[in-house]
Amino acid sequence: MISRQEVEHVARLARLHFDEEELAQLQPELDQIIDYVHQLAELDLSGLEATSHAVALKNVLRPDEPVAGLTQAEATGNGPDVERGQFVVPRIG
Amino acid sequence: MTADTGSAGYALDVRCLTAHQCRELLTSGDVSASELTRAYLDRIAAVDGSVQSYLLVDEAGAMAAAEAVDAKPRSERLPWEGVPIGLKDIFCVKGMETTCASRILKGYVPPYDATIIAKLRAAGLVFLGKLNMDEFAMGSSTENSAFKITRNPWDLERVPGGSSGGSAACVAAGEAPWALGTDTGGSIRQPASLCGVVGLKPTYGVVSRYGLVAFASSLDQIGPVTRNVGDAAALLDIIAGRDPRDSTSIGLPEPVGQPDRGDLEGLRFGVIKEFVGDACEPGVRDVFDSSVDAIGALGGVCEEVSLPSVERGIAAYYLIAPSEASSNLARFDGVRYGHRTSHSEDLYEMYTRTRSEGFGPEVKRRIMIGTYALSAGYYDAYYAQAQRTRTLIIQDFERAFGRFDFLISPTSPTVAFKIGERTADPLAMYLSDLCTIPVNLAALPGISIPAGFSAGLPVGLQIIGPHFSERGLLGAAHAVERKLEVDLVPPLAEAAR
Repeated sequence: MISRQEVEHVARLARLHFDEEELAQLQPELDQIIDYVHQLAELDLSGLEATSHAVALKNVLRPDEPVAGLTQAEATGNGPDVERGQFVVPRIG
Repeated sequence: MTADTGSAGYALDVRCLTAHQCRELLTSGDVSASELTRAYLDRIAAVDGSVQSYLLVDEAGAMAAAEAVDAKPRSERLPWEGVPIGLKDIFCVKGMETTCASRILKGYVPPYDATIIAKLRAAGLVFLGKLNMDEFAMGSSTENSAFKITRNPWDLERVPGGSSGGSAACVAAGEAPWALGTDTGGSIRQPASLCGVVGLKPTYGVVSRYGLVAFASSLDQIGPVTRNVGDAAALLDIIAGRDPRDSTSIGLPEPVGQPDRGDLEGLRFGVIKEFVGDACEPGVRDVFDSSVDAIGALGGVCEEVSLPSVERGIAAYYLIAPSEASSNLARFDGVRYGHRTSHSEDLYEMYTRTRSEGFGPEVKRRIMIGTYALSAGYYDAYYAQAQRTRTLIIQDFERAFGRFDFLISPTSPTVAFKIGERTADPLAMYLSDLCTIPVNLAALPGISIPAGFSAGLPVGLQIIGPHFSERGLLGAAHAVERKLEVDLVPPLAEAAR
């Protein structure tokens, strides 16, 4: 059972905000989904390796050759607030 | 109804054209590239008001590209030059708005091409536009798009499936001869099944993901949505290949070429027990049973096989995919691209408001599940346990491929469902992908081909092969397709012009 406090804590971690109405809907939905996936927590899988990647690949390397990249104007062209080639953000904290 | 080709002086009906037929028309000189593209744009104008598969139709860009092809002597053209294509709105196309059907990316114009887009450009394909999808590819019905509801061309009251619902609906409706989609848990195969077209999810690593907006990086794979298996093979050969810009890409051992297999002699097919029987609605089971008969008539041997762990696939997937997504979607913070909230006192508030305004409900749900599963105290019980379950599923498939060349099942347990039917119950929506999800978890190639109809709605057959078996898989699918001869043209009214 995921508590209201836990939902709010996870939302803070994820940089999301939910109003009262959204929380009232979200909490039971998350609860139902987590209850469903909880079936895995009960399996004994102690002898098995965890798979993070299903096609085995190791240490993929490429020659370190310089190639043309984006210009500063291209790289910042989609920024919502850009000044002299830099992204502007509100004050921190 | 037909589309008027203008200067050609006769009507060109694009409703049921395959990409190969487009190519033949261009090669023979019967139709110019601009006439062909115009015919598709006319078809879009005539039916997309009801189907709603396109988010963006690039009429000017497509016509300019087609006219450039016409300016070249036919003898100097590449094989696919001038053939139009539709693109899921998840691929970065330089200069063309790419939204992932999300408000948070509204207005984003990529300054670069995805690797597959560069490959399509190099092959001379004409981009008709960007296709609707579930926001960030999260969904099984395309109802999670922030912008519009795409409708199933076979029944406009029903969903086209998802997340590549725009790609499947557009090909089924004849609004493009073929399209590209992405498949993380069934997002190519399930909509292909629901719309009566062919959808191929290649082995993980066959196609570069560079320039694909990431959802779940260890599962995402790009693939073709087409009107037949031959077109899927051709499109796969265009887009496959190792790419230094995607270190997980491997490519194909050899080009798949054109499938020409006529029988299935000597091949063994395992019927996945957990995906038939009570798991499917009766109409789907009937069509599947007749596909099994068709495989038998072609000389293939079908036997039931049990993969007990696949029943845990959905649970493992709904931990792994949201966990990866919660991390991948952290980049949408209102700093470098996309939406930014109009008022905020400080950086934390800017992030939080931007993301809360920009993401839709399903994307937020998945970010929440993923963040929860990865948070302190829960990691071992959820994420690590899901990864071990993934190992179990891989082992079950490996055992099955020791006995069988291919595995088969229905692609979707049901036919296309009604719009709105599953939106109130996220978990019920997740169960739509029962038969497709384990294939992504094991990184295997899978194809859905039209196998018949239940109550007038298409039913797909899924064929799964071992890693990098695309050539054999497409060969087998081609033989079954020829035997089944399923009608692919939905009865769709054109708007008056």
